[in-house]
Amino acid sequence: MATKVVMAQLSPTMEEGRLVEWKVSEGDEIEQGDIVAEIETDKANMDVEALGSGVLRRIVVDEGETVPVGALIGVIAGEDEDISGILEEAEAAAGAEKEEVEAAKAGGAEEEEEAEEEGEEAAAGQAEAGGGERAGQGAAAKAAPGRRDGGRVRASPVARKMADEEGIDLSRLEGSGPGGRVVKADVEEAVESGVGRRDAAAGPERLTEERIELSQMRKAIARRLTQSLGPVPHFFLTSEIDMGRALDLRAEINGRLADEGDEGEPTKIGVNDLLLKAAAEALVRHPEINASWGEGEIVRHGSVDLGIAVAVEEGLITPVLRDADRKGLRRIAAEAGGLIDRAREKDLQPDEYQGATFSISNLGMFPIEEFTAIINPPEAAILAVGRTVEKPVVVDGEVVVRRRMRVTMSCDHRVIDGATGARFLDTFKGMLENPLAMLL
Amino acid sequence: MAVISYREALDQALREEMERDERVFLMGEEVGEYDGAYKVSKGLLDHFDGNEWRVRDTPIAENGFAGIGVGAAMAGLRPIVEFMTWNFSLLAFDAVVNSAAKIHQMSGGQYHVPIVFRGPGGAAIQLAAQHSQVPDAWYSHVPGLKVVAPATPKDAKGLLKSAVRDDDPVVMIEGELLYNIKGEVPEEEYLVPIGEAEVKREGTDLTIVAHSKMVHQALQAADTLEEKHDLQAEVVDLRTLRPLDIDTVIESVRKTNRVVVVEEGWPQGGVGAQVADDVQREAFDWLDAPVTRVAGLDVPMPYARNLEKQVFPDSRHVVRAAEHVCYLDQD
Repeated sequence: MATKVVMAQLSPTMEEGRLVEWKVSEGDEIEQGDIVAEIETDKANMDVEALGSGVLRRIVVDEGETVPVGALIGVIAGEDEDISGILEEAEAAAGAEKEEVEAAKAGGAEEEEEAEEEGEEAAAGQAEAGGGERAGQGAAAKAAPGRRDGGRVRASPVARKMADEEGIDLSRLEGSGPGGRVVKADVEEAVESGVGRRDAAAGPERLTEERIELSQMRKAIARRLTQSLGPVPHFFLTSEIDMGRALDLRAEINGRLADEGDEGEPTKIGVNDLLLKAAAEALVRHPEINASWGEGEIVRHGSVDLGIAVAVEEGLITPVLRDADRKGLRRIAAEAGGLIDRAREKDLQPDEYQGATFSISNLGMFPIEEFTAIINPPEAAILAVGRTVEKPVVVDGEVVVRRRMRVTMSCDHRVIDGATGARFLDTFKGMLENPLAMLL
Repeated sequence: MAVISYREALDQALREEMERDERVFLMGEEVGEYDGAYKVSKGLLDHFDGNEWRVRDTPIAENGFAGIGVGAAMAGLRPIVEFMTWNFSLLAFDAVVNSAAKIHQMSGGQYHVPIVFRGPGGAAIQLAAQHSQVPDAWYSHVPGLKVVAPATPKDAKGLLKSAVRDDDPVVMIEGELLYNIKGEVPEEEYLVPIGEAEVKREGTDLTIVAHSKMVHQALQAADTLEEKHDLQAEVVDLRTLRPLDIDTVIESVRKTNRVVVVEEGWPQGGVGAQVADDVQREAFDWLDAPVTRVAGLDVPMPYARNLEKQVFPDSRHVVRAAEHVCYLDQD
């Protein structure tokens, strides 16, 4: 008598499982109760026991594949037993399943009733297919950092080859060709000036774009939380930061800049510029925050492009400071200042306000101590910054007056978990409380 | 070296080869008594004492005399068949493509077809749609043929002599607008090998690939680019279209990283399309800009002079394309 090995439902919310590993091979003798495979559910990895004895005649689902609960993954039977019936049945079931999912994906209005009856499974199907709006978001997520073509640096083939030979990081060069294409002349210039040399890169390892396959747990989080609060399930983390040292440092820098009286350089670094720098440095150290939810994957971006929320007459706009992690404080101040001015004059080009990877909204100029901001998809987080106020705090058992600033980060829970967000905020806070760290 | 015209260079090649080997003869419309429609064979019939077996006038029947030529070549002679223009070769397409190009292979190598088909191709001045066509891509497409398209008197003479001596059918595309072009030609005997391109102007900043008439447009464009932008364009003259000497092109592109491919004919499926394909594959890692082509406009040639000028690619088009691949045309 043949025994089916199926994708067992190992938790109440489990709808599909990924076959992690077969512990036995086709042709092996199996005793009832033997562990035959390991499966990853939405919660954990679990072993699959054989429900009968015989020979593992057929492996239907290979390692790494994901199949719905109840699907046939293998067949245990006598050595010469006919198992074609079981296999045909499984094939037919898989075909029907596929059709169902496709029907759900087609998602016409007439399908809605049926989908509701089928409950969660159909709902999952619809979520995958998405409305027009959501599908659009997915596309936007992939194209996110504008000029870079979704993480890919535009460069001519010969520029690429030369950069490779010379150890130049193309992503750190400004392309002079059409659409910002890095061309041979740009690489030659970089070789001359030493800009973009890989070994000259300071600080932590620079970012590269990564596409991360969703684990079952990630999928479960995304599905459940979107049902609760969607389409972007926000949660909020608040922290209070001591700004004393950062403000002192800023005053010192500005004093020095004023003495130098450089023409063409901004003579003032703003608090906002310090926040941008701190965020950029913290994001490089926490690439999991500098990310987007794509349909079926999480995209970790290859550059830190910071959106700066700017209030304008009829609303707000977020100009984007590109490659903030590769820029010094002065350059950040100059570029951010320019972007903000032009945003107010409504003089921005679309590529200057699209494709940020993280945003900052600062209401510190108003009497607002703390607020929450709404994420601008496909970014995964936005930081809401309140006013810095003098207030009594306890330091070493003494009440003293300190300049404190409260920030609240809104996180897309599909991409970021509480602890991940908290670690990022901790780094961000550390940067501002020990500001020399971010300047080094 | 003597400076002579392209027409005179062809005449020298014909006389020398016909004198060298009495199996070589010229056949075509008006080639004898009338001295050739474009006077390429001027005085040739007299030179061979009026011997019609050496210089043969034919009726206006292209498929007929081209077919006779193929038969003569199979039987051991070495005919040179002149088409008054390559436009008329369309009537003989079967003889050239189905007979001349195929027989060596289909006879299992028993027959060679040592024939030369030659005549002017492309536009001249106001010859309209049917008499201005560029046959370069049509014949380059055919395995079994060799196709040469010389730009200078020296190459015209050297390639015609090589064509006559070749044991396979050779298509030689000349040009009405080329016949009066003058250039240096060695006094002594020489051949230009089939299948070898030549760098006509050395340069470092971009490569312009051209053949036939377009070589002159390319050289003129190169001068303009030097004056206007201080750019040094390298001009590669393909000279032979089949077999294509892509190695010379690749070598140049590896040096300059940029390439403009110029041809007189229509763009789709053109000679330039083949060159562009070879370049992107063989020199991909050396390219600093997409391969750019200049070709005739994708229309039958209009009769009106002003429209004809729009359709015919000239040095201004080449300059514009060069500026484009050098990223000089950005706003």
